[in-house]
Amino acid sequence: MRLLTITAAMLVAGMATAETVAPADVQFDEDGAVAVSLTGQPGDAARGRDVFATKSKGNCVSCHAVAQLADVPFHGEVGPELSWTGDNRSAEELRGIVADAKMTFEGSMMPSFYKTKGYIRPGDAYTGKAPKTDELPPLLSAQDIEDVVAFLLTLQES
Amino acid sequence: LSAPLAMAGGADDDTMVINDETEMVTKTAAPAHLDGAVDEVISGWHFRSDETQSLQLDDFDNPGMIFVDQAMDVWNTAEGSEGKACADCHNDPAETMVGVKATYPKWNEEAGEVRTVQMQVNDCRVNRMGAEAWKYDAGKAVSMEAMISLHSRGMPMSVAIDGPAAAMWEKGKEMYYTRTGQLELSCANCHEDNYGNYIRADHLSQGQINGFPVYRLKNAKLNGVHSRFKGCVRDTRAETYSPGSEDFIALELYVASRSNGLSVESPSVRN
Ligand code: HEC
Ligand code: HEC
Ligand code: HEC
Repeated sequence: MRLLTITAAMLVAGMATAETVAPADVQFDEDGAVAVSLTGQPGDAARGRDVFATKSKGNCVSCHAVAQLADVPFHGEVGPELSWTGDNRSAEELRGIVADAKMTFEGSMMPSFYKTKGYIRPGDAYTGKAPKTDELPPLLSAQDIEDVVAFLLTLQES
Repeated sequence: LSAPLAMAGGADDDTMVINDETEMVTKTAAPAHLDGAVDEVISGWHFRSDETQSLQLDDFDNPGMIFVDQAMDVWNTAEGSEGKACADCHNDPAETMVGVKATYPKWNEEAGEVRTVQMQVNDCRVNRMGAEAWKYDAGKAVSMEAMISLHSRGMPMSVAIDGPAAAMWEKGKEMYYTRTGQLELSCANCHEDNYGNYIRADHLSQGQINGFPVYRLKNAKLNGVHSRFKGCVRDTRAETYSPGSEDFIALELYVASRSNGLSVESPSVRN
Protein backbone atom coordinates (compact mmCIF):
# COMPACT_ATOMS: atom_id res chain seq x y z
CA MET A 1 0.00 0.00 0.00
CA ARG A 2 2.74 2.39 1.06
CA LEU A 3 4.79 1.63 -1.99
CA LEU A 4 1.79 2.29 -4.24
CA THR A 5 1.24 5.70 -2.71
CA ILE A 6 4.81 6.70 -3.32
CA THR A 7 4.67 5.57 -6.93
CA ALA A 8 1.52 7.57 -7.54
CA ALA A 9 3.04 10.67 -5.98
CA MET A 10 6.12 10.35 -8.15
CA LEU A 11 4.01 9.96 -11.27
CA VAL A 12 2.10 13.10 -10.40
CA ALA A 13 5.35 14.99 -10.04
CA GLY A 14 6.23 13.82 -13.56
CA MET A 15 9.34 11.96 -12.42
CA ALA A 16 10.71 8.68 -13.58
CA THR A 17 9.69 5.45 -11.94
CA ALA A 18 11.28 2.13 -12.73
CA GLU A 19 9.48 1.79 -16.07
CA THR A 20 8.63 5.39 -16.89
CA VAL A 21 10.93 7.16 -19.31
CA ALA A 22 11.57 10.71 -18.08
CA PRO A 23 11.07 13.57 -20.59
CA ALA A 24 14.81 14.21 -20.88
CA ASP A 25 15.51 10.52 -21.56
CA VAL A 26 13.14 9.94 -24.48
CA GLN A 27 15.06 8.55 -27.47
CA PHE A 28 13.86 9.92 -30.80
CA ASP A 29 15.15 8.32 -34.00
CA GLU A 30 16.22 10.51 -36.92
CA ASP A 31 12.63 10.80 -38.18
CA GLY A 32 11.34 11.77 -34.75
CA ALA A 33 9.78 8.39 -33.87
CA VAL A 34 10.04 6.84 -30.40
CA ALA A 35 10.35 3.05 -30.36
CA VAL A 36 10.00 2.29 -26.66
CA SER A 37 6.79 2.73 -24.69
CA LEU A 38 7.14 5.59 -22.20
CA THR A 39 5.57 3.50 -19.42
CA GLY A 40 5.90 -0.13 -20.41
CA GLN A 41 2.13 -0.26 -19.95
CA PRO A 42 -0.33 -0.66 -22.83
CA GLY A 43 -2.26 2.50 -23.70
CA ASP A 44 -5.96 2.78 -22.88
CA ALA A 45 -7.72 4.14 -25.99
CA ALA A 46 -10.85 5.19 -24.08
CA ARG A 47 -8.79 7.26 -21.69
CA GLY A 48 -6.79 8.60 -24.64
CA ARG A 49 -9.99 9.80 -26.28
CA ASP A 50 -10.66 11.80 -23.16
CA VAL A 51 -7.15 13.27 -23.10
CA PHE A 52 -7.58 14.24 -26.76
CA ALA A 53 -10.93 15.95 -26.30
CA THR A 54 -10.63 17.56 -22.88
CA LYS A 55 -9.58 21.19 -22.67
CA SER A 56 -7.65 20.81 -19.43
CA LYS A 57 -5.75 17.75 -20.77
CA GLY A 58 -4.39 17.37 -24.32
CA ASN A 59 -6.96 19.69 -25.89
CA CYS A 60 -5.81 18.23 -29.21
CA VAL A 61 -9.27 18.88 -30.66
CA SER A 62 -8.58 22.63 -30.49
CA CYS A 63 -6.28 22.17 -33.49
CA HIS A 64 -7.38 18.86 -35.05
CA ALA A 65 -10.71 17.67 -36.39
CA VAL A 66 -11.62 14.00 -35.90
CA ALA A 67 -14.75 12.51 -37.48
CA GLN A 68 -15.01 9.84 -34.80
CA LEU A 69 -15.47 12.56 -32.14
CA ALA A 70 -18.76 13.86 -33.53
CA ASP A 71 -20.07 14.21 -29.95
CA VAL A 72 -17.35 16.72 -29.07
CA PRO A 73 -18.25 20.29 -30.12
CA PHE A 74 -15.88 22.62 -32.03
CA HIS A 75 -12.97 20.94 -33.76
CA GLY A 76 -10.08 23.19 -34.80
CA GLU A 77 -8.46 23.65 -38.21
CA VAL A 78 -4.89 24.57 -37.28
CA GLY A 79 -3.51 21.05 -37.69
CA PRO A 80 -4.51 18.31 -40.18
CA GLU A 81 -7.66 16.24 -39.72
CA LEU A 82 -6.72 13.01 -37.93
CA SER A 83 -9.63 10.73 -38.84
CA TRP A 84 -7.36 8.29 -40.72
CA THR A 85 -4.23 8.55 -38.61
CA GLY A 86 -4.37 4.91 -37.53
CA ASP A 87 -4.13 3.83 -41.19
CA ASN A 88 -1.13 6.05 -41.90
CA ARG A 89 1.03 6.15 -38.82
CA SER A 90 2.68 3.57 -36.58
CA ALA A 91 2.62 3.61 -32.79
CA GLU A 92 6.29 4.61 -32.81
CA GLU A 93 5.71 7.57 -35.09
CA LEU A 94 2.68 8.71 -33.14
CA ARG A 95 4.49 8.42 -29.81
CA GLY A 96 7.24 10.66 -31.17
CA ILE A 97 4.79 13.20 -32.60
CA VAL A 98 2.78 13.49 -29.40
CA ALA A 99 5.86 13.55 -27.13
CA ASP A 100 7.58 16.27 -29.17
CA ALA A 101 6.17 17.03 -32.62
CA LYS A 102 9.10 19.30 -33.41
CA MET A 103 11.33 16.20 -33.73
CA THR A 104 9.14 15.02 -36.63
CA PHE A 105 8.03 18.36 -38.10
CA GLU A 106 10.72 20.98 -37.75
CA GLY A 107 9.39 24.22 -36.29
CA SER A 108 5.90 22.73 -35.90
CA MET A 109 3.23 24.83 -34.27
CA MET A 110 2.11 21.73 -32.39
CA PRO A 111 3.15 22.02 -28.71
CA SER A 112 5.70 19.60 -27.26
CA PHE A 113 3.69 17.59 -24.77
CA TYR A 114 6.50 15.72 -23.01
CA LYS A 115 9.06 18.37 -22.30
CA THR A 116 9.94 20.28 -19.12
CA LYS A 117 12.47 22.97 -20.03
CA GLY A 118 13.98 25.10 -22.77
CA TYR A 119 11.08 27.58 -22.93
CA ILE A 120 11.14 31.33 -23.53
CA ARG A 121 9.23 33.17 -20.80
CA PRO A 122 7.53 30.10 -19.35
CA GLY A 123 4.58 30.65 -17.04
CA ASP A 124 2.74 28.77 -14.31
CA ALA A 125 0.12 27.02 -16.48
CA TYR A 126 -2.56 29.55 -17.55
CA THR A 127 -2.11 31.97 -14.64
CA GLY A 128 0.15 34.39 -16.54
CA LYS A 129 2.48 34.32 -13.53
CA ALA A 130 6.10 33.22 -13.36
CA PRO A 131 6.58 29.48 -12.84
CA LYS A 132 7.28 28.23 -9.34
CA THR A 133 9.98 25.81 -10.45
CA ASP A 134 12.78 25.84 -13.01
CA GLU A 135 11.42 22.81 -14.76
CA LEU A 136 7.74 22.69 -15.63
CA PRO A 137 5.59 19.59 -15.29
CA PRO A 138 5.14 18.19 -18.83
CA LEU A 139 1.82 19.04 -20.50
CA LEU A 140 0.90 15.35 -20.49
CA SER A 141 2.12 12.44 -18.37
CA ALA A 142 3.85 9.44 -19.92
CA GLN A 143 0.70 7.36 -19.52
CA ASP A 144 -1.48 10.12 -21.04
CA ILE A 145 0.74 9.94 -24.10
CA GLU A 146 0.54 6.15 -24.35
CA ASP A 147 -3.25 6.44 -24.01
CA VAL A 148 -3.51 9.10 -26.73
CA VAL A 149 -1.34 7.00 -29.03
CA ALA A 150 -3.67 4.04 -28.45
CA PHE A 151 -6.62 6.26 -29.30
CA LEU A 152 -4.97 7.62 -32.47
CA LEU A 153 -4.34 4.04 -33.65
CA THR A 154 -8.10 3.39 -33.52
CA LEU A 155 -8.72 6.24 -35.99
CA GLN A 156 -9.16 4.27 -39.21
CA GLU A 157 -11.31 4.68 -42.26
CA SER A 158 -13.24 1.40 -42.01
CA LEU B 1 -16.58 10.86 -45.69
CA SER B 2 -18.97 12.59 -43.31
CA ALA B 3 -20.34 16.05 -42.64
CA PRO B 4 -17.68 18.74 -42.33
CA LEU B 5 -16.38 18.81 -38.78
CA ALA B 6 -14.78 22.16 -38.71
CA MET B 7 -16.66 25.36 -39.41
CA ALA B 8 -15.93 27.17 -42.65
CA GLY B 9 -13.03 29.55 -42.15
CA GLY B 10 -11.74 32.71 -43.76
CA ALA B 11 -12.72 36.35 -43.66
CA ASP B 12 -16.23 37.15 -44.91
CA ASP B 13 -17.09 39.55 -47.74
CA ASP B 14 -19.34 41.94 -45.85
CA THR B 15 -18.84 45.68 -46.05
CA MET B 16 -18.83 48.00 -43.07
CA VAL B 17 -20.78 51.24 -43.22
CA ILE B 18 -21.24 52.99 -39.88
CA ASN B 19 -24.55 54.78 -39.21
CA ASP B 20 -25.43 54.33 -42.90
CA GLU B 21 -22.91 57.00 -43.81
CA THR B 22 -19.27 56.28 -42.98
CA GLU B 23 -17.70 53.71 -45.29
CA MET B 24 -14.84 51.92 -43.61
CA VAL B 25 -11.74 50.32 -45.05
CA THR B 26 -11.73 46.85 -43.48
CA LYS B 27 -9.45 45.12 -46.02
CA THR B 28 -6.55 46.70 -47.81
CA ALA B 29 -3.09 46.00 -49.21
CA ALA B 30 -0.60 45.27 -46.44
CA PRO B 31 1.83 48.07 -45.57
CA ALA B 32 5.28 47.76 -47.18
CA HIS B 33 7.01 46.83 -43.93
CA LEU B 34 5.04 43.56 -43.76
CA ASP B 35 7.08 42.55 -46.76
CA GLY B 36 4.99 39.68 -48.02
CA ALA B 37 4.27 38.21 -44.57
CA VAL B 38 0.64 38.87 -45.43
CA ASP B 39 -0.63 40.44 -48.67
CA GLU B 40 -3.75 41.96 -47.23
CA VAL B 41 -4.57 43.38 -43.82
CA ILE B 42 -8.07 42.55 -42.61
CA SER B 43 -10.10 43.94 -39.75
CA GLY B 44 -11.04 41.53 -36.95
CA TRP B 45 -14.66 42.47 -37.72
CA HIS B 46 -14.64 40.13 -40.76
CA PHE B 47 -14.10 37.10 -38.54
CA ARG B 48 -17.04 37.68 -36.21
CA SER B 49 -20.64 36.47 -36.53
CA ASP B 50 -23.26 38.56 -38.34
CA GLU B 51 -24.94 39.34 -35.02
CA THR B 52 -21.75 40.64 -33.45
CA GLN B 53 -20.85 42.55 -36.60
CA SER B 54 -24.20 44.34 -36.74
CA LEU B 55 -23.73 45.80 -33.26
CA GLN B 56 -20.87 47.90 -34.59
CA LEU B 57 -22.79 49.34 -37.54
CA ASP B 58 -25.01 51.72 -35.63
CA ASP B 59 -23.95 53.87 -32.71
CA PHE B 60 -27.31 53.30 -31.01
CA ASP B 61 -26.60 49.57 -30.94
CA ASN B 62 -22.91 49.85 -30.07
CA PRO B 63 -22.56 49.17 -26.34
CA GLY B 64 -19.13 50.86 -26.38
CA MET B 65 -20.84 54.24 -26.87
CA ILE B 66 -22.03 54.33 -23.25
CA PHE B 67 -18.40 54.53 -22.17
CA VAL B 68 -17.68 57.22 -24.75
CA ASP B 69 -20.49 59.31 -23.24
CA GLN B 70 -19.09 58.79 -19.76
CA ALA B 71 -15.66 59.92 -20.93
CA MET B 72 -17.23 63.06 -22.41
CA ASP B 73 -18.50 63.99 -18.95
CA VAL B 74 -15.03 63.43 -17.52
CA TRP B 75 -13.57 65.56 -20.33
CA ASN B 76 -15.63 68.50 -19.11
CA THR B 77 -14.97 68.01 -15.37
CA ALA B 78 -12.20 69.94 -13.64
CA GLU B 79 -9.89 67.81 -11.53
CA GLY B 80 -6.60 68.12 -9.68
CA SER B 81 -4.71 70.97 -8.03
CA GLU B 82 -4.86 73.20 -11.11
CA GLY B 83 -8.64 73.08 -11.23
CA LYS B 84 -8.64 72.34 -14.93
CA ALA B 85 -10.62 70.04 -17.20
CA CYS B 86 -9.43 68.53 -20.48
CA ALA B 87 -11.91 70.86 -22.16
CA ASP B 88 -10.16 73.95 -20.76
CA CYS B 89 -7.11 73.26 -22.91
CA HIS B 90 -8.49 71.09 -25.71
CA ASN B 91 -11.98 72.57 -26.18
CA ASP B 92 -14.18 70.31 -28.31
CA PRO B 93 -12.56 66.92 -28.89
CA ALA B 94 -14.47 66.63 -32.18
CA GLU B 95 -12.11 69.36 -33.39
CA THR B 96 -8.93 68.95 -31.38
CA MET B 97 -8.64 65.16 -31.17
CA VAL B 98 -9.24 64.37 -34.86
CA GLY B 99 -6.52 62.09 -36.19
CA VAL B 100 -4.85 61.49 -32.83
CA LYS B 101 -5.67 57.78 -32.53
CA ALA B 102 -4.60 57.04 -36.11
CA THR B 103 -0.98 57.98 -35.35
CA TYR B 104 -0.48 56.45 -31.88
CA PRO B 105 1.68 55.03 -30.35
CA LYS B 106 3.89 57.94 -31.28
CA TRP B 107 7.34 59.29 -30.48
CA ASN B 108 7.21 62.27 -28.10
CA GLU B 109 10.25 64.43 -28.75
CA GLU B 110 10.16 66.35 -25.49
CA ALA B 111 9.87 63.26 -23.32
CA GLY B 112 12.18 61.21 -25.51
CA GLU B 113 9.87 58.18 -25.51
CA VAL B 114 7.18 56.40 -27.48
CA ARG B 115 3.80 57.17 -25.96
CA THR B 116 0.43 55.52 -26.19
CA VAL B 117 -2.76 57.61 -26.03
CA GLN B 118 -3.24 56.60 -22.41
CA MET B 119 0.30 57.69 -21.50
CA GLN B 120 -0.29 61.05 -23.15
CA VAL B 121 -3.55 61.53 -21.26
CA ASN B 122 -1.88 60.65 -17.97
CA ASP B 123 0.91 63.11 -18.74
CA CYS B 124 -1.71 65.85 -19.05
CA ARG B 125 -3.40 64.71 -15.85
CA VAL B 126 -0.26 64.58 -13.76
CA ASN B 127 1.80 67.43 -15.20
CA ARG B 128 -0.84 69.84 -16.44
CA MET B 129 -3.81 69.25 -14.14
CA GLY B 130 -2.11 68.15 -10.93
CA ALA B 131 -4.41 65.11 -10.87
CA GLU B 132 -3.67 61.43 -10.25
CA ALA B 133 -2.66 59.17 -13.13
CA TRP B 134 -5.36 56.73 -14.14
CA LYS B 135 -4.61 53.02 -13.87
CA TYR B 136 -3.52 51.62 -17.22
CA ASP B 137 -6.30 50.03 -19.30
CA ALA B 138 -8.74 50.41 -16.40
CA GLY B 139 -12.19 52.06 -16.55
CA LYS B 140 -11.63 55.79 -17.03
CA ALA B 141 -8.39 55.48 -18.97
CA VAL B 142 -9.83 53.11 -21.53
CA SER B 143 -13.10 55.03 -21.83
CA MET B 144 -11.19 58.26 -22.49
CA GLU B 145 -9.07 56.49 -25.08
CA ALA B 146 -12.26 55.25 -26.78
CA MET B 147 -13.73 58.77 -26.82
CA ILE B 148 -10.55 60.24 -28.28
CA SER B 149 -10.33 57.39 -30.81
CA LEU B 150 -13.91 57.92 -31.96
CA HIS B 151 -12.81 61.25 -33.40
CA SER B 152 -10.47 59.39 -35.77
CA ARG B 153 -13.06 56.82 -36.79
CA GLY B 154 -12.88 56.12 -40.52
CA MET B 155 -9.38 57.58 -40.87
CA PRO B 156 -6.63 55.21 -41.96
CA MET B 157 -4.23 53.99 -39.29
CA SER B 158 -0.89 55.62 -40.05
CA VAL B 159 1.58 54.91 -37.30
CA ALA B 160 5.16 56.05 -37.92
CA ILE B 161 7.79 53.35 -37.49
CA ASP B 162 10.95 55.14 -38.58
CA GLY B 163 13.15 57.75 -36.95
CA PRO B 164 13.39 57.66 -33.18
CA ALA B 165 10.53 55.13 -32.91
CA ALA B 166 12.43 52.53 -34.93
CA ALA B 167 14.16 50.85 -31.98
CA MET B 168 10.88 50.30 -30.12
CA TRP B 169 9.29 49.04 -33.32
CA GLU B 170 12.07 46.48 -33.80
CA LYS B 171 11.62 45.32 -30.22
CA GLY B 172 7.88 44.93 -30.79
CA LYS B 173 8.48 43.03 -34.01
CA GLU B 174 10.80 40.61 -32.28
CA MET B 175 8.19 40.02 -29.58
CA TYR B 176 5.57 39.34 -32.25
CA TYR B 177 7.61 36.52 -33.74
CA THR B 178 8.97 34.99 -30.51
CA ARG B 179 7.42 31.69 -29.46
CA THR B 180 6.71 32.07 -25.77
CA GLY B 181 5.41 29.93 -22.95
CA GLN B 182 5.08 26.22 -22.53
CA LEU B 183 2.95 26.04 -25.68
CA GLU B 184 5.73 27.82 -27.60
CA LEU B 185 3.40 29.95 -29.68
CA SER B 186 4.06 33.40 -31.14
CA CYS B 187 1.53 36.03 -32.11
CA ALA B 188 2.43 35.19 -35.72
CA ASN B 189 1.65 31.47 -35.28
CA CYS B 190 -1.98 32.30 -34.57
CA HIS B 191 -2.58 35.66 -36.27
CA GLU B 192 -0.32 35.44 -39.34
CA ASP B 193 -0.07 31.72 -40.14
CA ASN B 194 -3.58 30.75 -39.09
CA TYR B 195 -5.98 33.66 -39.44
CA GLY B 196 -9.24 32.42 -40.92
CA ASN B 197 -8.83 29.06 -39.21
CA TYR B 198 -10.72 27.98 -36.15
CA ILE B 199 -8.81 27.11 -33.01
CA ARG B 200 -11.45 25.18 -31.11
CA ALA B 201 -14.49 27.53 -31.11
CA ASP B 202 -12.49 30.70 -31.82
CA HIS B 203 -12.25 32.04 -35.34
CA LEU B 204 -8.73 33.45 -35.60
CA SER B 205 -8.36 36.95 -36.99
CA GLN B 206 -5.17 38.82 -37.83
CA GLY B 207 -5.15 40.29 -34.31
CA GLN B 208 -5.38 43.87 -35.63
CA ILE B 209 -5.82 46.76 -33.20
CA ASN B 210 -7.48 49.39 -35.39
CA GLY B 211 -10.70 48.73 -33.46
CA PHE B 212 -9.33 49.27 -29.96
CA PRO B 213 -10.52 49.96 -27.37
CA VAL B 214 -13.06 47.21 -28.13
CA TYR B 215 -16.30 46.39 -26.40
CA ARG B 216 -16.33 42.64 -25.78
CA LEU B 217 -19.59 40.79 -25.27
CA LYS B 218 -17.65 38.27 -23.22
CA ASN B 219 -16.91 40.67 -20.35
CA ALA B 220 -19.40 43.44 -21.20
CA LYS B 221 -16.89 46.26 -21.03
CA LEU B 222 -14.32 48.18 -23.03
CA ASN B 223 -10.99 46.39 -23.34
CA GLY B 224 -7.65 48.03 -23.98
CA VAL B 225 -4.93 46.77 -26.30
CA HIS B 226 -2.60 45.72 -23.50
CA SER B 227 -5.30 43.73 -21.73
CA ARG B 228 -5.93 41.80 -24.94
CA PHE B 229 -2.21 41.18 -25.40
CA LYS B 230 -2.02 39.97 -21.81
CA GLY B 231 -4.77 37.43 -22.43
CA CYS B 232 -3.13 36.12 -25.59
CA VAL B 233 0.31 35.81 -23.94
CA ARG B 234 -1.24 34.04 -20.95
CA ASP B 235 -2.89 31.58 -23.34
CA THR B 236 0.54 30.41 -24.49
CA ARG B 237 1.18 29.35 -20.87
CA ALA B 238 3.74 32.15 -20.57
CA GLU B 239 4.48 34.73 -17.93
CA THR B 240 2.69 37.85 -19.17
CA TYR B 241 3.81 41.48 -19.18
CA SER B 242 1.92 44.22 -17.38
CA PRO B 243 -0.42 46.67 -19.09
CA GLY B 244 1.51 49.92 -19.52
CA SER B 245 4.92 48.18 -19.49
CA GLU B 246 7.59 49.12 -21.99
CA ASP B 247 7.29 45.66 -23.54
CA PHE B 248 3.61 46.11 -24.30
CA ILE B 249 4.17 49.66 -25.57
CA ALA B 250 6.70 48.26 -28.04
CA LEU B 251 4.33 45.46 -29.03
CA GLU B 252 1.46 47.94 -29.43
CA LEU B 253 3.59 50.13 -31.70
CA TYR B 254 4.46 47.14 -33.86
CA VAL B 255 0.94 45.69 -34.01
CA ALA B 256 -0.56 49.15 -34.67
CA SER B 257 1.81 49.47 -37.64
CA ARG B 258 0.50 46.16 -38.98
CA SER B 259 -2.93 47.85 -39.03
CA ASN B 260 -1.68 50.77 -41.14
CA GLY B 261 -4.19 51.45 -43.91
CA LEU B 262 -7.23 50.01 -42.08
CA SER B 263 -9.83 52.48 -40.82
CA VAL B 264 -9.82 53.33 -37.15
CA GLU B 265 -12.95 51.51 -35.87
CA SER B 266 -12.94 52.33 -32.19
CA PRO B 267 -14.96 51.53 -30.28
CA SER B 268 -15.42 48.24 -32.12
CA VAL B 269 -17.50 45.30 -30.93
CA ARG B 270 -16.19 41.75 -30.64
CA ASN B 271 -17.24 38.60 -28.82
C1 HEC C 1 -1.64 24.40 -31.39
C2 HEC C 1 -2.01 23.41 -32.37
C3 HEC C 1 -1.90 21.94 -32.12
C4 HEC C 1 -2.24 21.22 -30.99
C5 HEC C 1 -2.80 21.74 -29.68
C6 HEC C 1 -2.01 19.82 -31.32
N1 HEC C 1 -1.54 19.72 -32.59
FE1 HEC C 1 -1.10 17.97 -33.57
N2 HEC C 1 -0.44 19.03 -35.18
C7 HEC C 1 -0.51 20.40 -35.31
C8 HEC C 1 0.04 20.76 -36.60
C9 HEC C 1 0.14 22.19 -37.14
C10 HEC C 1 0.43 19.57 -37.22
C11 HEC C 1 1.06 19.41 -38.61
C12 HEC C 1 2.52 19.12 -38.49
C13 HEC C 1 3.34 20.27 -38.97
O1 HEC C 1 3.45 20.44 -40.19
O2 HEC C 1 3.85 21.03 -38.13
C14 HEC C 1 0.12 18.50 -36.29
C15 HEC C 1 0.34 17.16 -36.57
C16 HEC C 1 -0.14 16.11 -35.79
C17 HEC C 1 -0.05 14.71 -36.13
C18 HEC C 1 0.56 14.14 -37.41
C19 HEC C 1 -0.41 13.99 -38.50
C20 HEC C 1 0.25 13.26 -39.64
O3 HEC C 1 0.02 12.06 -39.74
O4 HEC C 1 1.05 13.87 -40.35
C21 HEC C 1 -0.62 14.01 -35.11
C22 HEC C 1 -0.78 12.50 -35.01
C23 HEC C 1 -1.05 14.97 -34.12
N3 HEC C 1 -0.74 16.23 -34.58
C24 HEC C 1 -1.66 14.64 -32.93
C25 HEC C 1 -1.93 15.56 -31.90
C26 HEC C 1 -2.34 15.19 -30.57
C27 HEC C 1 -2.60 13.78 -30.09
C28 HEC C 1 -2.47 16.35 -29.85
C29 HEC C 1 -2.79 16.54 -28.40
C30 HEC C 1 -2.14 15.73 -27.44
C31 HEC C 1 -2.17 17.44 -30.77
N4 HEC C 1 -1.84 16.92 -31.98
C32 HEC C 1 -2.23 18.78 -30.43
C33 HEC C 1 -1.01 21.30 -34.39
C34 HEC C 1 -1.44 20.98 -33.12
C1 HEC D 1 -3.43 72.68 -18.89
C2 HEC D 1 -3.64 72.27 -20.22
C3 HEC D 1 -4.07 70.85 -20.51
C4 HEC D 1 -5.00 70.09 -19.88
C5 HEC D 1 -5.87 70.43 -18.70
C6 HEC D 1 -5.04 68.83 -20.59
N1 HEC D 1 -4.14 68.83 -21.61
FE1 HEC D 1 -3.85 67.40 -22.98
N2 HEC D 1 -2.35 68.45 -23.83
C7 HEC D 1 -1.96 69.71 -23.44
C8 HEC D 1 -0.81 70.12 -24.20
C9 HEC D 1 -0.07 71.44 -24.09
C10 HEC D 1 -0.53 69.03 -25.06
C11 HEC D 1 0.59 68.92 -26.04
C12 HEC D 1 0.12 69.45 -27.35
C13 HEC D 1 1.08 69.11 -28.40
O1 HEC D 1 1.63 68.00 -28.36
O2 HEC D 1 1.26 69.93 -29.27
C14 HEC D 1 -1.53 68.03 -24.82
C15 HEC D 1 -1.63 66.83 -25.53
C16 HEC D 1 -2.66 65.90 -25.38
C17 HEC D 1 -2.86 64.76 -26.22
C18 HEC D 1 -2.01 64.37 -27.42
C19 HEC D 1 -2.55 65.05 -28.65
C20 HEC D 1 -1.75 64.77 -29.88
O3 HEC D 1 -2.06 65.37 -30.90
O4 HEC D 1 -0.81 63.97 -29.87
C21 HEC D 1 -3.95 64.11 -25.76
C22 HEC D 1 -4.56 62.81 -26.32
C23 HEC D 1 -4.44 64.85 -24.60
N3 HEC D 1 -3.64 65.94 -24.41
C24 HEC D 1 -5.55 64.51 -23.85
C25 HEC D 1 -5.94 65.17 -22.69
C26 HEC D 1 -6.99 64.72 -21.80
C27 HEC D 1 -7.85 63.47 -22.00
C28 HEC D 1 -7.05 65.61 -20.76
C29 HEC D 1 -7.89 65.53 -19.52
C30 HEC D 1 -7.91 64.30 -18.76
C31 HEC D 1 -6.06 66.64 -21.04
N4 HEC D 1 -5.39 66.33 -22.21
C32 HEC D 1 -5.86 67.77 -20.27
C33 HEC D 1 -2.57 70.49 -22.49
C34 HEC D 1 -3.53 70.05 -21.60
C1 HEC E 1 -2.93 30.35 -29.30
C2 HEC E 1 -3.37 31.31 -30.24
C3 HEC E 1 -3.05 32.77 -30.04
C4 HEC E 1 -1.84 33.38 -29.84
C5 HEC E 1 -0.49 32.73 -29.71
C6 HEC E 1 -2.11 34.80 -29.80
N1 HEC E 1 -3.43 35.04 -29.95
FE1 HEC E 1 -4.31 36.86 -30.14
N2 HEC E 1 -6.14 35.97 -30.28
C7 HEC E 1 -6.37 34.61 -30.26
C8 HEC E 1 -7.78 34.37 -30.37
C9 HEC E 1 -8.45 32.99 -30.39
C10 HEC E 1 -8.41 35.63 -30.44
C11 HEC E 1 -9.91 35.93 -30.58
C12 HEC E 1 -10.31 35.79 -32.03
C13 HEC E 1 -9.59 36.78 -32.91
O1 HEC E 1 -9.97 37.97 -32.97
O2 HEC E 1 -8.58 36.41 -33.54
C14 HEC E 1 -7.34 36.62 -30.39
C15 HEC E 1 -7.55 38.00 -30.47
C16 HEC E 1 -6.54 38.94 -30.54
C17 HEC E 1 -6.76 40.36 -30.74
C18 HEC E 1 -8.10 41.05 -30.88
C19 HEC E 1 -8.46 41.29 -32.32
C20 HEC E 1 -9.76 42.04 -32.50
O3 HEC E 1 -10.15 42.28 -33.65
O4 HEC E 1 -10.41 42.39 -31.51
C21 HEC E 1 -5.53 40.94 -30.75
C22 HEC E 1 -5.23 42.41 -30.93
C23 HEC E 1 -4.54 39.88 -30.56
N3 HEC E 1 -5.20 38.68 -30.44
C24 HEC E 1 -3.17 40.08 -30.54
C25 HEC E 1 -2.25 39.07 -30.22
C26 HEC E 1 -0.83 39.32 -30.00
C27 HEC E 1 -0.15 40.66 -30.11
C28 HEC E 1 -0.27 38.11 -29.69
C29 HEC E 1 1.12 37.81 -29.23
C30 HEC E 1 1.57 38.45 -28.06
C31 HEC E 1 -1.32 37.12 -29.77
N4 HEC E 1 -2.50 37.74 -30.08
C32 HEC E 1 -1.13 35.75 -29.60
C33 HEC E 1 -5.41 33.62 -30.21
C34 HEC E 1 -4.05 33.83 -30.08
